[in-house]
Amino acid sequence: MTDASLHGAAPRKGRSIHQIDARTRRRNATEARFKACGIAAIAIGLFFLVVLAVAIIRNGTPAFTRTVVEVNFTLTQAQFDEAESQLFKTKAYSGFFNSALADQLTQQGIEVAFDEASIERLMGKVGNAIREHYTAHPGDLDAPVTFNLPTSSRVDGYFNGRVKRETLQDSRFLEATDLDLADQLKAAGIIKSEFNWPFITGADSGVDNPGGAGIGASVVGSFFMMLVVLGLSLPIGVAASIYLEEFAPQNWITDLIEVNISNLAAVPSIVFGILGLAVFIQFMHLPQSAPLVGGLVLTLMTLPTIIISTRASLKSVPPSIRDAALGVGASKMQAVFHHVLPLAMPGILTGTIIGLAQALGETAPLLLIGMVGFVARGYPDGFLDGFVEPNSAMPAQIYTWAARADQAFYDKAWGGIIILLIFLLTMNIIAIILRRRFERRW
Amino acid sequence: MNDMRPMERKVDTKEIKFDCRNVQVYYGDTQAIKNVDVKLEDRTVTAFIGPSGCGKSTFLRCLNRMNDTIDICRVEGNLLLDGEDIYDRRVDPVQLRAKVGMVFQKPNPFPKSIYDNIAYGPRIHGLARNKADLDDIVEKSLRRGAIWDEVKDRLDSPGTGLSGGQQQRLCIARAVATEPEVLLMDEPCSALDPIATAQVEELIDELRENFSVVIVTHSMQQAARVSQKTAFFHLGSLVEFGETGAIFTNPKDPRTESYITGRIG
Ligand SMILES: Nc1ncnc2c1ncn2[C@@H]1O[C@H](COP(=O)(O)OP(=O)(O)OP(=O)(O)O)[C@@H](O)[C@H]1O
Ligand SMILES: [Mg+2]
Repeated sequence: MTDASLHGAAPRKGRSIHQIDARTRRRNATEARFKACGIAAIAIGLFFLVVLAVAIIRNGTPAFTRTVVEVNFTLTQAQFDEAESQLFKTKAYSGFFNSALADQLTQQGIEVAFDEASIERLMGKVGNAIREHYTAHPGDLDAPVTFNLPTSSRVDGYFNGRVKRETLQDSRFLEATDLDLADQLKAAGIIKSEFNWPFITGADSGVDNPGGAGIGASVVGSFFMMLVVLGLSLPIGVAASIYLEEFAPQNWITDLIEVNISNLAAVPSIVFGILGLAVFIQFMHLPQSAPLVGGLVLTLMTLPTIIISTRASLKSVPPSIRDAALGVGASKMQAVFHHVLPLAMPGILTGTIIGLAQALGETAPLLLIGMVGFVARGYPDGFLDGFVEPNSAMPAQIYTWAARADQAFYDKAWGGIIILLIFLLTMNIIAIILRRRFERRW
Repeated sequence: MNDMRPMERKVDTKEIKFDCRNVQVYYGDTQAIKNVDVKLEDRTVTAFIGPSGCGKSTFLRCLNRMNDTIDICRVEGNLLLDGEDIYDRRVDPVQLRAKVGMVFQKPNPFPKSIYDNIAYGPRIHGLARNKADLDDIVEKSLRRGAIWDEVKDRLDSPGTGLSGGQQQRLCIARAVATEPEVLLMDEPCSALDPIATAQVEELIDELRENFSVVIVTHSMQQAARVSQKTAFFHLGSLVEFGETGAIFTNPKDPRTESYITGRIG
């Protein structure tokens, strides 16, 4: 505007808007550069996301399949009694299994040579599993039963591509000839791959049995922890934020509280873990490794997040709504609960779910209060027991698996990450749905 | 419409509704209202006029203690409603605001249905015994707010979906629904077209029979049309207060004169 008068240049009238002047061109160039930067940033972000997703899926899928040996098997009462009377009971069952396998192969007309030792290398000690089945289900005696017995983790790894024939060194665990046997059995349809349900539903196994490890028990542990976190942090967080935001006088005390809450949100989680160990377990004598304690610790961690997001969404409600309510003679409390809170609800819920998701993925504090992976050996007996019985949680379980020496556990860790991510995604989707639902109420 | 001469009005003495003595209002350290003494009569429309930022809204908000919501705001002096000090310790501002309703400068309907906007006040004050009662109150209030015909078919749709002028009339209807004794209106017509303005002015005139109305306005014509008393504020002080006719035809203070003739403000 001032150009013309400043430089005394040609009058405005003579300037064509079809000609782009230098200043506009520079401005447009800056804008274009900024846009390019933004797109590049997004592209980089997407690239890493894709790399991550591919890595997780590629490494994690083997955990969801398992290799089993399928054998039709009939055990008579007489054989059962005979085996039970022997000193090495499981060895007797292994013998039955081997002869059943041999029978099946001859029936199918396939020539495969195997011995007891190679079967043991292929599948571990099968006798135990068979004995357990028949002692638990005596009704199955004298009737044909199909067993799907898992192979050893190395054979599993062979079919998954983790164990390579070229790099295999003969050991007492697996020899190259065993792989030939495995290939033959696979061709005969006796060794097959199936979906690994025990991984989803099972509990952690010992360090020597990666094939049997499942994440189900720690999912339950995480679930009970989340119940505690939700039940405590949502009401406490929302009540605290409403008080601070709507009722508390603005003075140095509230300022101090505000600063402390913000700082609390930045405290590393391991600090909360050691606090939980000292206060909840050593001082209050709550049970170790219990989801209740884990939930309490995570509540401490989640509270600042919820308070901050709730206060932000309360702040974003226009003050004119409060004025309107007060103006028709509503009390402060009525104004908040009838008008402000419903409007802040989407923000509060999103904040809460983000806080919960954070808590769900938290590992360090759980390790300190004893919720390590190997504790998750089974399911709780009842709903209330779920809170106090020793258990682990998904991320702690994953950490424990990843730290174990056996390569097969490494696959399990990746598989566990997929499960964890599925839960996180579900929670985010719930957050989005809730947000939509509440926002529709203007 | 542009006639600046106020109509001749009967002047009869009325009871004093609000007796304000020596009122000072501070926002932190700055004084927004200085030494205001004014007596607002019952069943009268009083107009507050004055240039922008002179403290009209601030003073208006003192009358129903809306200033309590502003932390840094401090009110001194005595404000007596029917002889009772409204800043007394014993006064619950909630009870006061049920008696002294308010319409704000910017329309601020609740983000709820039109029906609920009106019904909210009567509900929390227990003014309706049953649904039919409440329906009556809603209809009566919307009629008084001169908006019934426009919304009677969509009482369930959101109040925030109305146009600005409709929203303001909804807010007026909401304020009268609780049957206040005093109605404070802060520039209620600044978003309205001439027809809606005329309707609101008619409403104000009608409300005068039962309530006292205090209206802040930037329109001299409006002040002249609807009010019986006019108060002119300038830089936080009450410069002149008196019969509307007298203020507009024969202002005593030179500042008032230059304001109403358009030289300051
Ligand atoms: N919340 C507040 N905090 C601090 N100062 C304020 C606040 N509200 C108003 N003021 C100050 O008080 C003075 C009077 O403001 P007020 O809103 O009462 O003016 P007004 O006469 O209503 O103006 P307008 O006609 O523009 O609405 C102004 O100087 C303003 O800056
Ligand atoms: Mg104002």
